[in-house]
Amino acid sequence: METAVNDPILKVRNLRLTIPLGAGSLNAVRGIDFDLQRGETLCIVGESGSGKSLTALSIIDLLGRGIERRADRLEFDGIDLLKAGRSQMRSLRGDRMAMIFQEPMTSLNPAYTIGDQLVEAFRLHRKADRAAARARAVELLEKVGITAAASRLGQYPHQLSGGLRQRVMIAMALMCEPELIIADEPTTALDVTIQAQILHLLAELTREMGVAMILITHDLGVVARVADKVAVMYAGELVETGTAKKVFEAPVHPYTRGLLGCIPVPGRTQRGAPLGAIPGIVPSLISEVSGCAFRSRCAEATEACGAFIPHRVASEGSHSFRCVHESGRKAGAEAGT
Amino acid sequence: MLVFILKRLGLAALVAVTVSAISFSLLFLAGDPATALAGEQATDVDIEAIRRLYGFDRPVLVQYWDWLAKALQGDFGESYYFKLPVADLVLQRLSITMTLGVCGISFALLTAVPLGVIAAIRPNSLIDRLALLLSVMGQAMPSFWFGLMLIVIFSIQLGWLPPSGTKTWVHFIMPTVVLGYYAMPAIMRLTRAGMLEVLASDYIRTARAKGAGEGRVLFKHALRNAIIPVVSLAAVQMGFMLGGSIVVESIFALHGAGYLAWESIGRNDLPTVQALILIFSMFYIVFTFLSDVVNAWLDPRMRAG
Repeated sequence: METAVNDPILKVRNLRLTIPLGAGSLNAVRGIDFDLQRGETLCIVGESGSGKSLTALSIIDLLGRGIERRADRLEFDGIDLLKAGRSQMRSLRGDRMAMIFQEPMTSLNPAYTIGDQLVEAFRLHRKADRAAARARAVELLEKVGITAAASRLGQYPHQLSGGLRQRVMIAMALMCEPELIIADEPTTALDVTIQAQILHLLAELTREMGVAMILITHDLGVVARVADKVAVMYAGELVETGTAKKVFEAPVHPYTRGLLGCIPVPGRTQRGAPLGAIPGIVPSLISEVSGCAFRSRCAEATEACGAFIPHRVASEGSHSFRCVHESGRKAGAEAGT
Repeated sequence: MLVFILKRLGLAALVAVTVSAISFSLLFLAGDPATALAGEQATDVDIEAIRRLYGFDRPVLVQYWDWLAKALQGDFGESYYFKLPVADLVLQRLSITMTLGVCGISFALLTAVPLGVIAAIRPNSLIDRLALLLSVMGQAMPSFWFGLMLIVIFSIQLGWLPPSGTKTWVHFIMPTVVLGYYAMPAIMRLTRAGMLEVLASDYIRTARAKGAGEGRVLFKHALRNAIIPVVSLAAVQMGFMLGGSIVVESIFALHGAGYLAWESIGRNDLPTVQALILIFSMFYIVFTFLSDVVNAWLDPRMRAG
């Protein structure tokens, strides 16, 4: 099937993920929609347990056993991932879509050399010979900023630091020139000093190679620097999506405003002043959740929040949010959080 | 890797020397060997003569050195009972025990590892339950009873297999099954537990994210990591099978080294007992060494130690 160049590489409509439990079931992801254009970086932000990682894993079909995936549409470059068989998914994974995981310390197989693990996907998908695959591996190790790349091929994961291992993971994901990279909190497990380097590298490489990326993180500082689009996830729903500029400059949803309020700003946040926090906890997602999941923690909550929550378009175009209040605020409320 | 092997070899040599000293001193732990040899009716003069004849009157260290030097050349003295060189006696019996041990551990590994892997792929499935049942039975059933039951069924009732002897390979079938089945449960459970743990690990997810097929994920990525503790266990069990196959050897009248050890202890045939203990210990040392080498090959992290 021919697809036009400007069609999105990834199309997600009403994605729902359910984890069956003994009594009921946990609705971990409750109907999310987004499009990802070629070469674009989408950052999914939200707190732990909001369904970010599951969303990522569901796209590449690596959900754990028993988790049910349903959607109206889930398409990668025109391929219906809902109907794709195991072998078709296998041929996509590692080739046209790749994933970078959170834990570089445990995501590499301790029994094989870096070289063996780097070339694996390339040899599987490209049927390349050993020499060509190793040359490609060296090229990518250099690209991710690893010195003495050729000699690294013979090293084992335990001989590398966490930062180096994550660079190797990035090189591994890029081996087959994928069109989509899913990076699930790729820097959470690293030292703060390394985090910025790795993210910078990731953003630079995806831009340079024209790879679309879904970057999952809860570091909003990161998002501001690398994202084209931002999707804010709360309790299994996207509460606000839009271009990074729009979402950061004019956040609408009370949760997004709360999140942004948690970041200290140099010059504006007083030394010793308490940092922003959102009181309360995420509601249980077991069985049906009605109305806005954020209302128990929301300063703007009214009775209407228990009913159906409409999708609203903020200002223009691609900036939308889900809230009963037309501007994300109770009628008559003062501006400023 | 070479440094690792040399280190382990050095360690193995040290253990071997220690073990040899212990097995030599057994001679004296059992009481005065001269008195034991002379028998109940012996006079003091007789005992003194025997003491001098066998050299028990020399300092212990000299005796140890003398014994060790000879042992290293394959001379373990003469059996008090058979009046034959111990080396010949042991060698002849050892071939039977070795055959049995190798067959037993092979049988155990070839059944336990695949079962453990399958059980781990489908936890709580029918095949997992069956494997568990099989391993509980293996652990609960005494070897002598299982061996006798096999003889009753396959030799007496069906007449398919010979009940005793060592003439052909057919004679080794039932002993192999009995000995192997004894070792199987532990190997199976360790394989299953190891595979379950490894399959849940992050690097298996990475392998799947690369588009590796199930076979590749299971055998290239998972099994290699899961099998490491199994190798160590199998080495210990192999050593145990050689020295501890007395029960099986007795049931099936295989006159192997285990049986010889048991006989020799009863007859106070100390040179034979000493030689057997030394040889069995050496086997343990060799197997442990080999398992360390295999594990270092499997897991590069172990090569440092």
